[in-house]
Amino acid sequence: MIKYTVELNDLIKYFGRRLIFNGINFSFSSGNIYGVSGPNGSGKSTLVKIIADLISATRGKVTHEFDGKKIEPEELHNHLGFVSPYLFMYDEFSAEENLIHSSNIRGIKFNQERSDFLLTELNLFDRKNDLVRGYSSGMKQRLKFIFGLLHQPQLIILDEPTSNLDNPGKEIVYRIIREEAKNSLVIIASNEDSDLSLCNEIIELEKFKK
Amino acid sequence: MKAYSLFKKDWQSELRTRYAINALAMFILVTISVILFSIGNEKITEYLTGGLLWVVIFFSAMSGLSRAFVSEEERGTSMTLHLMAAPATIFSGKLVFNLLLVFLMNFVITFLFVILFPSFIIKNVALFAIAFFLGNIGIAVSSTIIAAIISKASSKGTLYPVLSFPILLPLILTLLELTKFAMDGNSINGSLVEIFVLVCYDVIMGTASYLLFDFIWKE
Repeated sequence: MIKYTVELNDLIKYFGRRLIFNGINFSFSSGNIYGVSGPNGSGKSTLVKIIADLISATRGKVTHEFDGKKIEPEELHNHLGFVSPYLFMYDEFSAEENLIHSSNIRGIKFNQERSDFLLTELNLFDRKNDLVRGYSSGMKQRLKFIFGLLHQPQLIILDEPTSNLDNPGKEIVYRIIREEAKNSLVIIASNEDSDLSLCNEIIELEKFKK
Repeated sequence: MKAYSLFKKDWQSELRTRYAINALAMFILVTISVILFSIGNEKITEYLTGGLLWVVIFFSAMSGLSRAFVSEEERGTSMTLHLMAAPATIFSGKLVFNLLLVFLMNFVITFLFVILFPSFIIKNVALFAIAFFLGNIGIAVSSTIIAAIISKASSKGTLYPVLSFPILLPLILTLLELTKFAMDGNSINGSLVEIFVLVCYDVIMGTASYLLFDFIWKE
């Protein structure tokens, strides 16, 4: 089994003079599902964005390793799948066009079989040629999952993964998360008890406010 | 190859949304029409038409080239891009897109000047072609990096020309000088200093942009 680890060393984040969190030390490894919880504004999204190298920490270090080899920040996107409410697909393209472009830009061959499998799993196959601008918010959320999982990443970060999803949609997503966690490292940032119930370990951000 | 794929995505997106092309086409038509109306039957000098050409090019670039990054930021797809490619790939893809737009835009503007302004006569076409080629590269590189900077700001519309003016001024002044030389029929050998200034500008802006883009792109 592949081994993917993420180490957080003394992570501190300020927005201006406001402390978001202080002194987070944590180790994540593949085969597990981790949760990040805390009330609104506690810094859940900020922490996962720092882990995904989308924003910088004020101080501290995040180290990604794949099979014992350090991953450089400019290579991280090849190992990372990220789903969040503030992620948007190109709405002038269809779902499949979005996925083809994302594969091409990543420099990998578009995997038609996996794309069709994920589109079918997430009930979007029949609408795969429709422009994303015509999708409902739930359909867009499901497309984000496919975008995040298509390239078979070793690290999957899910920020509020079930927002905009109905109950059947949530069940599908939970099934996929459990399946993906067998080979990957999954981090879920959420307040929902049902999302956090999937996790083996949970970081409570309220403990890192001083 | 990845940069080419990003360019391809942007080009297809542009063909569907007409985000930049419409803005550029309208700006070029309106500006040239206003110049023609204001000149009326007056005769203007060759040098003045050369100057007007680069003024139109400068302001057209201001109206359309910021879209490469601003459209991503406005539609919220910057993060999507961030998750697909390394910063160098993103900058290269956007640069290729802006290069294509600048060359298309400037060909149209120059063509309109040639047919609409009788005093726009270039005696040394080769020298003008060199200036045009190097100038377009300079405009595209500068516009792309400035677009990346202003896309993160709140007042994008104002900031773009304000930031562009000091950065593009040395380029525009050199291009004006070379256009004048080309209109006078000067030889390429006699204009080598200005040509080298353009080459240096392009190399410096290109290198600085690639080095700075990492810091600009990451929040």
